[in-house]
Amino acid sequence: MTRAVPLLALAAALAFPAAFTLPFPRHVMIMIFLYGALAVAWNILAGYCGQISLGHAVFFGIGAYTSTLLVARAELSPWLGMAAGAALAVLVSQLVGYPVFRLRGHYFAIATIAVGEIVQTLAINWDWAGGARGVFVPIKRPDSFANFQFHQSKAVYYYIALGLLLLALAVTRWLERSRHGYYFRAIREDQDAAASLGVHVAREKHRAIAVSAALTALGGTFYAQYVLFIDPESVLPLSLSILICLVAVLGGVGTLWGPVLGAAVLVPLSEGTRVWLGGTGKALDLVIYGGLIMVIATLQPAGLMGLARRFRRAP
Amino acid sequence: MGLVYALIAAGLSLIFGLMEVVNFAHGEFLMLAMYVAFFAWSLARLDPLASLPLAALALAALGWATYHGVIRRVLGGPMLAQIFATFGLGIFLRSGAQFLWGVDFRTVKEPLLAGRLSVGGVFVGLPQLAASALALGAFVGLYLFLSRSETGLALQATAQDRQAAALMGIDTDRMFALGWAIGSACVGVAGGLLAMFFYIFPEVGGPFALLAYVAVALGGFGNVPATLLAGVLVGLTEVFAGLVIAPAMKYAVVFLLYLAVVLWRPQGLFGRF
Amino acid sequence: MSLLTVAGLTKRFGGVVATRDVSFDVRPGELVGVIGPNGAGKSTLFDLITGFTRPDSGDVRLDGRSILGFRPDQVACLGVARTFQKLRPFPEMTVVENVMIGAFQKTADVAAAREAALAALEAVGLGDRAGAHARALSTGQRKRLELARALATAPRLLLLDEVTGGVDQATVPALVRLVRELHARGLALIVIEHNMRVIMEISERIVALQLGEVIAHGTPAEIVRDRRVIDAYLGEAWRA
Repeated sequence: MTRAVPLLALAAALAFPAAFTLPFPRHVMIMIFLYGALAVAWNILAGYCGQISLGHAVFFGIGAYTSTLLVARAELSPWLGMAAGAALAVLVSQLVGYPVFRLRGHYFAIATIAVGEIVQTLAINWDWAGGARGVFVPIKRPDSFANFQFHQSKAVYYYIALGLLLLALAVTRWLERSRHGYYFRAIREDQDAAASLGVHVAREKHRAIAVSAALTALGGTFYAQYVLFIDPESVLPLSLSILICLVAVLGGVGTLWGPVLGAAVLVPLSEGTRVWLGGTGKALDLVIYGGLIMVIATLQPAGLMGLARRFRRAP
Repeated sequence: MGLVYALIAAGLSLIFGLMEVVNFAHGEFLMLAMYVAFFAWSLARLDPLASLPLAALALAALGWATYHGVIRRVLGGPMLAQIFATFGLGIFLRSGAQFLWGVDFRTVKEPLLAGRLSVGGVFVGLPQLAASALALGAFVGLYLFLSRSETGLALQATAQDRQAAALMGIDTDRMFALGWAIGSACVGVAGGLLAMFFYIFPEVGGPFALLAYVAVALGGFGNVPATLLAGVLVGLTEVFAGLVIAPAMKYAVVFLLYLAVVLWRPQGLFGRF
Repeated sequence: MSLLTVAGLTKRFGGVVATRDVSFDVRPGELVGVIGPNGAGKSTLFDLITGFTRPDSGDVRLDGRSILGFRPDQVACLGVARTFQKLRPFPEMTVVENVMIGAFQKTADVAAAREAALAALEAVGLGDRAGAHARALSTGQRKRLELARALATAPRLLLLDEVTGGVDQATVPALVRLVRELHARGLALIVIEHNMRVIMEISERIVALQLGEVIAHGTPAEIVRDRRVIDAYLGEAWRA
C-alpha cells in the first residue's frame, strides 16, 4: 500500500468527529476501530504465526471482567484495570499455550474453542463476578478521563478506540520487521522446517499469543467502559471469537491492513443490517451474515486484500 | 447419552478422515434432524422412531448438497476458508431456523416410548435407553458398512490416499460426496433419537457439536471405532461431573479433561500421528 | 575425537523396526555417505539424530556429549543442520526470507541476517532468485534453497537427505560440485543419496543400511566389494 493512503485515512479518522456529531456514525466508527484492533491482534497469532484461534473472546472477556470487577468491587481506576487485564490475559495465554500449542491445524482450533467454553462456563457460575446476570460498571459523574467514562459525547471514546487500533497496528508493524515476525511466518509455513533451522517453535508461539492476548484484553476493557455493562454472553461467547477472526479473514489474514479493511466493511454492514432488520426477533440479519461468510469463504479466500491485489495486477 | 454423542461424532470423524475438513455446521445439522422429527410428528403424527429413516435421508441429502455447493469449492483452499465456509453455513442454518420457526422450545409430546425402567435399582428413561440401543445399532451398521462393503472399502481407500485411490479407478469426488451424505445421515439418526426426549430449538445443536468435536479429537480424527469409545467416555464424564461437581459445570469438566489428555497425548487417546 | 557418535540407535513404529542398533561416527570435516533401499531407515536415522524422533534405545553424542532428548531447534543451535527428503521450503515467504530464518541463528539483527542470507544464496548459485516466492522455484532450485537455508545456520555438521533425488540430470553435476566445495571447506557432512555413482565419488566412508540395520560400513572401495551390499542393493547390474 502506498504511504499516502494510510496517512489520508488517519487524517480523515482524526477529523471525523468534527464532521459527524451525531452519536450513531460515531458509534459505528468506534466499533470499526474496536473490531479492527481485535482483528489486528488476532492476526498476530493466526495470520502471521498460523495458529488459528477460535477462543480469543477469552482474552477480551478477561480484559472486560478484570477492569470492571476492579472498578466495581475495589474502586480502582479502569486504566489500572486495563493494565491488570492485559497482564492477566498474558498469564492465561501462557498457561493455555502449554496444551493447545501441542496441537496443529483443526485440532488446535477445536482446543481453543474448548478453552473458550471452559472460561465462559466458569464466568457464568462465578457469583462474585456477577454470574450469568453480569456486572454493571458503576456510573461516575462528571465525565473524566481518570474515570474512563464520558456521557456527554462519544468523541473521547472515539479517540481512545482509534488509539487502540493504532497501537495494535504499530505493534504488528514492529513485529513484522523484527526477527520474531520472520519466525512467526516460518512457523506458519512449516514448523518442523523452522525447528530444523534453530527456531524455538514453542517459545515463539507463546510470544505471539502473549502479544495477541494483551492487545485483545485492552479491547475488552475499552468495551466494558464504553457499554458499561458486561455479562458472559456479551464478552465471552464463541460467536465473538468467530466474529474477531471473521473480520480479519474478510480483510485478508497475514497482512497489516487486511483486518482494518475487514472491520471497515463488516462493521457498518452488521450495524446497518442490525438496525434495519434486527429487533424483529426474526434473525434475518444473521441469515444474511451467515450466508455472506459462506460466500466469501468459497469465492474469495484471500479476503479483500487479495481482491485489491488482483485488481492492481490487472491492467 | 455417550452413545448418541458417539454417533454424532462418528459422522464428523468420517468426514474429517476422508478429506480433513471439519464440519463446523455439524450442530446445525443435528438441529435440523430434530426439526425433521418434530415436523414429522406435528404434521403427520409420525413418532420420531418411525421417522428416523426420513431424518437420515433428509440429512444425507443435506450433506450431499453441502459437499457439492460449498465444500468442493474450498477443498484445495486454505484451512481458514474451510473453517469459515462451514461456520457460515452453520450460522445460516441456525438463524434460518430461527427466522422460519422462531425461538420457541418445542417437544414431541406423547412419544411411543415413555416412562422409566428400573435396571438393577437405577431408573433409566425408556426413550434414553432405546436411543442408546439404536445409536449403538447404527454405529455397528456404520462400522460394518465401512469395513465390509465394497463402497465402504473404497471410502477407506480414499481416506488413506486420495491420489492412489483415484489411480485405482475410484471416483474420489463421488466418494467425498458419499462421505458427506453418510456422515450427515449419522447426525440425522442421532437427531431423530434425541427428538424423543429433548427440547427442540434453533440453538440446540451447539453443545452437542462441541462435545462431538471433543469426542472426535479425543479419539483421533478419522478413526471411527475410537470415536465410539471417546464418545462414551465424554458421555460418562459429563454425567459423572454433573453428579459429583455441579450440573452447570459438566461441560467445562469435559473440556478440561480434553485439554488434560492433549497435554499427555496430543494425538488423541487412540490416534497415531 | 569424533564429532558425532551414533550408538546403538533403535526405533520401532508400532511393530515395524525402522532402525535396529545403528552405530557409526563422523569425524570433524568428514563426509559420510548413507545408502540403502527405500524403507531402509535412512530418513528415520536423520530424524533420530536431529531430535525430530526419540529413539527407543541408543544414544546420539555430539563432541562426546549426549544430545538425546534435545529438541530439533536445540540440536540445530549446536551446529547440526539438515535438509529434508521431501523438500520443505516456506512457500509464501521469499527466497531470501527463507534463508534468513537460518541466518537468525547467528545474528538477531534483521539487516545482518539479510546480508548473511544473500551470501548463502550466492554460494549455492541462487542469488538471482532472492526476491522470488519460494513456491515459484523449480525442484532443483528448491534443493539449493534448502541447502542455503541450512548453510546460513553456519553448521559444523550438515545432514543432506537426497542431494540429487528428483532433480533433472543436467543440474546434478552442479549440486555435486557444491557438496564437494562445502566438504573441501572443512564442513562435516552425512549424505543420503540414491545415485550410486555420486555417493561413491564423494564419500570418504559409507554406511549401508538394510531394513534398519547396518549391513556394511567402510570406504567406497570396500562397500562395492561387500557381498551383502551387492545382494541387498547394488544388484546384478552393478556386478556386471
